[in-house]
Amino acid sequence: MAKVLMKGNEVVAEAAIRSGCRLFFGYPITPQTEISETLAKRMPQVDGLCLQAESEVAAINMVLGASAAGARVLTSSSSPGISLKSEGISYMVGSDLPCVIVNVQRGGPGLGGIQPSQADYYQATKALGHGDMHLIVLAPASIQEVADLTMEAFDLADIYRMPVMILADGALGQMMEPVNFESRPSRQIPEKTWAAGGHGDKRKNNIINSLYIQPDELENMVVERFKRYAEIAEKEVKHEEYLTDDADIVLVSYGITARISKSAVNMARANGIKVGLFRPITLWPFPSKAIHAIGKKTKAILTVELNMGQMVSDVKLAVENACPVEFYGRTGGMLPSVEEVYKKIATMAAELK
Amino acid sequence: MVVFDKPKALADAPFHYCPGCTHGIVHRLVAESIDELGCEGRTVGVAPVGCSVFAYNYFNCDMIQAPHGRAPAVATGVKRAKPENMVFTYQGDGDLAAIGTAETVHVGARGENITIIFINNAIYGMTGGQMAPTTLPGQVSTTSPYGRNIKIQGHPIRICEMLSTLDGTAYAERVSVDSFKNIKKAKSAIKKAFEIQQAGLGFSIVEVLSTCPTNWGKTPTEALEWLRTDMIPYYPLGVYKDITAKGENRHV
Repeated sequence: MAKVLMKGNEVVAEAAIRSGCRLFFGYPITPQTEISETLAKRMPQVDGLCLQAESEVAAINMVLGASAAGARVLTSSSSPGISLKSEGISYMVGSDLPCVIVNVQRGGPGLGGIQPSQADYYQATKALGHGDMHLIVLAPASIQEVADLTMEAFDLADIYRMPVMILADGALGQMMEPVNFESRPSRQIPEKTWAAGGHGDKRKNNIINSLYIQPDELENMVVERFKRYAEIAEKEVKHEEYLTDDADIVLVSYGITARISKSAVNMARANGIKVGLFRPITLWPFPSKAIHAIGKKTKAILTVELNMGQMVSDVKLAVENACPVEFYGRTGGMLPSVEEVYKKIATMAAELK
Repeated sequence: MVVFDKPKALADAPFHYCPGCTHGIVHRLVAESIDELGCEGRTVGVAPVGCSVFAYNYFNCDMIQAPHGRAPAVATGVKRAKPENMVFTYQGDGDLAAIGTAETVHVGARGENITIIFINNAIYGMTGGQMAPTTLPGQVSTTSPYGRNIKIQGHPIRICEMLSTLDGTAYAERVSVDSFKNIKKAKSAIKKAFEIQQAGLGFSIVEVLSTCPTNWGKTPTEALEWLRTDMIPYYPLGVYKDITAKGENRHV
């Protein structure tokens, strides 16, 4: 299929449809509204439904219901809206329900701003809801990857029976790049024998529930879920490396920031500084083993993010003091320029001499 | 010959409800309606948070437990995914009329083709007798120990009256389970609500005035009496909207 020029938010919508998702529940919020606007047009063309809920809270609970009934289902929002969805996300995790949630991040806290941000990293990877829980968190860095990871997210959600988050940002949502939706190798999707969509007098009733009033029962449920998390950490971690083999300094960044970092790496290489880039694609599970290996062979690491320093704590944990880990970031919706990042690299390179 | 038996749709599980609580009666009426309509295999029930949270253990149809107040949104998701399903929520007054007010109003506004069974006992039961949105003026609860003062805590909400103003509401009736006669009427209302959903006519709700002897601090019989003398005057029984009716109840 030929490539088409599309906006990130539109690509999320199209990729969802191509993944067999026929239900979307959402609530308008900048900078992700084009996802629901696109689906409002596209869903009726494929006998699907795009329903605007009365709130993000209602939207995620509609997702819960549709998922419980066995459907592939999508919701999307931006930072303040994700906070509102966190109750429903926790219940979906506790009920082992799959869905895909897109967060096109904007600046925070509070109403914050509407410009690109990565300030929800902690929320996405550590605290998307109350309780012992994780979501698989995928961080695309290009519009093509928005398409690929959105389609991948639906499979991962169904395979592991859990919500999967696409952690994007306002820049990826709004920018246009060529994309194709070629077919990916399809994964084995287990049958949803657990779904509560009517037993049809053919089986015992199914119960979708996150309440376990006996503490030992609840502990067992959580421990079993964490075994699944361990399997995911074993099988599904993804990252990309660029010029890391001989690098004295390795930048670690994801999403739109990885694009800026890559340009800064090229600028540094042109100026004779040996720099590479490590780009996590799964933020949970985090590519800790690969970063640990980098930490052991490079002289210093620089984490670049659109926040005050969040992923840098995971990088430090992974590196285990094998080398110094520094941070550079802008926040509030500000994007660092390539020169800004390069300047930081040059300063670090000078200190290493 | 068996003349009185447990409905097929009611699970063979002991209720956890307190002595004198009327949840058990309403569960039975819901199950009888499912049996009579022969729809258990395509019915999905949504349990709330509150005393009836364990409703998922008491019905033999597929069941989903929803976050507090969100049952109508969860039911919406089920119904939109599988429109052929009969979808009902079973919710108490705190769940439906406080934390879940927005979700409740909007299923009415959308004319969502689901049925809500709304248990109004004017108190929070599960957490131990706190003030509910439907607690009567002057009524004592653990969080209105001097009686609900409308100047401080505001007024109760009359849900059926409010929802009957919405164009998407097809059927809204308030019933009571304080007497044999009223239990029979409650049964007819619940079955009718399901039939309205089956016919695809839109949103239906049956509000059931119920007792909570434990948290009201009354014996079961005193509680039934208080329901009659205090609750019914504030929450009059009757059909508030029925788009299948001819005449005055069509729009109230």
